[in-house]
Amino acid sequence: MMLIPCPHCGPRAHAEFTFDRPVEAITRPDETPDALVRNLFSRENPRGPSRELWRHTYGCRSWITLTRDTATHAITDVRPVGVGA
Amino acid sequence: MSGGQRLSTGGLIDRSQTLRFRFDGRDYTGHPGDTLASALLAGGVRVFGRSFKYHRTRGLLAAGVEEPSALVGAGEGGRFEPNTRATDLFLYDGLVAESQNRWPSLALDLGAVNQLIAPFIPAGFYYKTFLGPPSLWKLYEHVIRAAAGLGRPPHLPDPDRYERRAAFCDVLVVGAGPAGLSAALAAARSGARVALVDLDSQLGGSLLGDPAQIDGQPSKDWIAGVEAELRGLAVRILTRTTAIGYYDHDMVHLAERVTEPGALPGPDGIAQRMWRMRAGRVILAQGAIERPLPFEDNDRPGVMLSGAVRTYLERFGVAAGQRIVLATSSDDAYRTAIRLCDAGVRVEALLDGRPADGIDPALLRRARDRCPVETGVAPVRAVGPARGVTGLETRAAGGNVTYMADVVAVSGGLTPSVHLHMQAGGSLDWDEGQGIFTPKDPRQGQVSVGACAGRFRLAEALADAWRAGLVAAEATGHRPVADAPPRSEIWPFADQASAFVPAPGVNPKKVFVDPQNDVTLGDLDLAWREGYRSVEHMKRYTTLGMATDQGKTSNLMGLARLAQNEGRPAPQVGLTTFRPPFTPTTLGLWAGEDAGFHVTPLRRTPLYDLHAALDPPWQAVGYWRRPRAYLRSGETLATAALREARMVRTTVGITDVSTLGKFEVSGPDAAALLERVCATSVSKLAVGRGRYTFMLREDGLVNDDGTVWRLGEDRFLLTSSTGGADRMAGLISYVRNVLYPDLRVGAANVQEHYAAIAVAGPRARAVIAAVVEGMVPPRHMSLDRGVVAGVPVLVIAASYSGERAFEVYAPSHQAAAVWTALSDAAQAQDGGLYGLEALEILRVEKGHVETGGEIDGRTSAHDLRLEKMLNPRGGYMGQLAQQRRAFADPDRLQFVGLESLGGPIPEGSMLVERPGFAVQGHVTAAGLRVLEEGFIGLALLKGGRARLGDELLAWSPTRTASARVRVCEPHFHDPAGERYRD
Repeated sequence: MMLIPCPHCGPRAHAEFTFDRPVEAITRPDETPDALVRNLFSRENPRGPSRELWRHTYGCRSWITLTRDTATHAITDVRPVGVGA
Repeated sequence: MSGGQRLSTGGLIDRSQTLRFRFDGRDYTGHPGDTLASALLAGGVRVFGRSFKYHRTRGLLAAGVEEPSALVGAGEGGRFEPNTRATDLFLYDGLVAESQNRWPSLALDLGAVNQLIAPFIPAGFYYKTFLGPPSLWKLYEHVIRAAAGLGRPPHLPDPDRYERRAAFCDVLVVGAGPAGLSAALAAARSGARVALVDLDSQLGGSLLGDPAQIDGQPSKDWIAGVEAELRGLAVRILTRTTAIGYYDHDMVHLAERVTEPGALPGPDGIAQRMWRMRAGRVILAQGAIERPLPFEDNDRPGVMLSGAVRTYLERFGVAAGQRIVLATSSDDAYRTAIRLCDAGVRVEALLDGRPADGIDPALLRRARDRCPVETGVAPVRAVGPARGVTGLETRAAGGNVTYMADVVAVSGGLTPSVHLHMQAGGSLDWDEGQGIFTPKDPRQGQVSVGACAGRFRLAEALADAWRAGLVAAEATGHRPVADAPPRSEIWPFADQASAFVPAPGVNPKKVFVDPQNDVTLGDLDLAWREGYRSVEHMKRYTTLGMATDQGKTSNLMGLARLAQNEGRPAPQVGLTTFRPPFTPTTLGLWAGEDAGFHVTPLRRTPLYDLHAALDPPWQAVGYWRRPRAYLRSGETLATAALREARMVRTTVGITDVSTLGKFEVSGPDAAALLERVCATSVSKLAVGRGRYTFMLREDGLVNDDGTVWRLGEDRFLLTSSTGGADRMAGLISYVRNVLYPDLRVGAANVQEHYAAIAVAGPRARAVIAAVVEGMVPPRHMSLDRGVVAGVPVLVIAASYSGERAFEVYAPSHQAAAVWTALSDAAQAQDGGLYGLEALEILRVEKGHVETGGEIDGRTSAHDLRLEKMLNPRGGYMGQLAQQRRAFADPDRLQFVGLESLGGPIPEGSMLVERPGFAVQGHVTAAGLRVLEEGFIGLALLKGGRARLGDELLAWSPTRTASARVRVCEPHFHDPAGERYRD
């Protein structure tokens, strides 16, 4: 079980969080149907760093983005959603 | 005379006390400190069970958790635990245990006939039966099913408790052998918060079966001293606790046996405890497991690992046999031979497969002072009947020689236990000479020390582990102490040679590699010839290492055989995955407290107790529970539901709809947020008015539906379906916080803040007028506020049933009084309560779509006839996705009504022209006319909107029910909505 450093609460167990989606799958209502399908359903499945949207559902309930290595589960660069890159 | 016996002295058992137990119906005795295995061995038992496939007799191979053969069922009734290892069960008074895989008895086993047909059940036998004609499989199936399975499950519920605990530490030390103790001591003295766990009942690990001198004292005293010091340093010491899995970010699962298998727990009733330990650093000191040697009939009772023979002697004071012959390829067996001789046990010979020049002369001399030692001698065959060996046939330069013995102690060298290191994502080095994999490149906070790192010499292990303890303490923010590590006597002999290849001429079909699954070298060769070249394929095809011991003593031998057949070095052939758990666990350990009532949470509506007092049949809706109907005496569920539905159509009924999702959205941009979440127009809604709404998913399909109400200029109430409430809460938060963080709006989930009570029927208006003080009942799709029984309420006029109806929202903690007032008023109007079944009958007749029914995650707004309500200004989630080509397919499943031309329409049935024809759709809900005659239904039908008047068959072959139906508009009751007007 991973240990995720919530930017608001500090390191907490994975079980407190819910994975939502890779950041690239955050689609806007004005995206074309083709782009939408590509981002929602035809994404890359990288071995290595993956930028993801999570929610601290059973904690502070805030949305966060983090970079998780899909091969090692190493977690880096955690930040509140909408902050920075 | 053959078999084991208890020596008059020695061992770590408490001879002052006697424990009584039963095994296979016979009475035995033992002492505290015994395992079931050691007590039975002392009682002269040689045969512990029969093997899985061929039902060959099997005895003890090992003394620890790696034991593949001596599996027993322990305990009685609900406490019965199958497949537990006799070597991993500490004796208690009153233990009842039984052997496995024997019928009718261990001595006479009819399944043993499998041995005779062994040539016909080769590797991959099951798979091969699948390749034959199906008729043949039907023949095999009965035989296979009868023979399959290991042990038998208990028949009664487990009466004991299982507990889960979370814990944290700086340094977790797995294994309390010499290396683990040394590491724990170094880390604890440096100030780190240390946890030390060991699967054994006491600390000491290999020292318990292989005593030594450490720091000038006998290891027994050294262990006691270290334990006392560790306890003084507040180290958390957990015995009978197995580190079963190493997961991400240094999370280690620890399975603690609070109570021995089958035993009555203490006053707290806890049988086992699962620890979830999050560690800063993990020191792995799991030790090593000895390997057997390959020779014919090497699975006979009496063939034991050399280290196990030594453990039974030193720890339990049991001589495993009367005449022991040892066969080895490692120095370790010399220690066994010497100890046996010194204890007065007769050692026939020590047979070393290695040439004399490969063995330290000093070691040879020490052994030869005590017993005959031959070098360059390979074991060929265990001699003796099924009940146990009588000797060992060997081959040397001069020819074959048979040594008489009742125990053949074997040592093919040690295999480091790298399980947790590999679970943590580490990699391995291969040492061809010793035939061992050793850990390298840890990926998490793990470090391996002692024998599990391939350091078999005690002095080295102590010193290495000490350093690792200091490093771990420093890494977790502590200053390492400057003390010197523990020192041991110098026993410099710890060489071993790999011994995976049997002597020339040995029949590989008789050499067992995995005794628990009856896999021989011949099976591995056959699998290879049939093309199973990948180690993962070979494993699955032959079932090597797939038994409950997960191949602890056998995997490496199998891997070596594959490498040999392939002509490649072992590491290139690859390793199978080391999966948790390290040893088998009971299901109760994983279930923990989540059993029975606690399997799922129960969500109660604020009116739950009022319903429960009427003892209605309940319907589980997610975690909620809702009354299906309020039965009167003599009524069935169906007749009660119909009575309630007729009551709503003719007078008035009230029902609890508190489970609906409810969200309050407020702020200057409240309408803007809702117009992104909902697919319908919201901003044009007048204050005090509401409307039906629905939401789309990002892919354009309908997500959920509900109603939206404008409470004030900047304030809205949004409702959603019961099942969709949690999903909608997530969606609103996502749209608000991720997509449009700049909107000036707040959204609160108020689902449990308010109870909601629906009042429906021609006399609903009269009920509201009578009960809500000072209120003119609002017209349809309007709202107003008032007071009921002193409780402030919000009344919205909305209908699900198709009648004039209201929903009364009251604060949860005050809702009971409101319910009672409404219920009394309804009864005064010849009405009453109705439940979920009536609600469904009413909504089907009205033709409302339902989330989970027609809104099934595959239907679009157009499919559900909702497209006219879509917000023409767009901008909502899922809008553009509706332009995808598939949305215009004329063959999409579309929402229609069905009129039966005969009897009831089977719910869930398929729509076909005739039985066996192509499926054109399915019935999503079935019902009947409430006040008139006739059966009706709702359905999703291919191109349904253009097929009004078509006749089809609603066919349910699984229920052998069907009905002829005619496709119609899905509105059977008051299609114009005239009943909503006063």
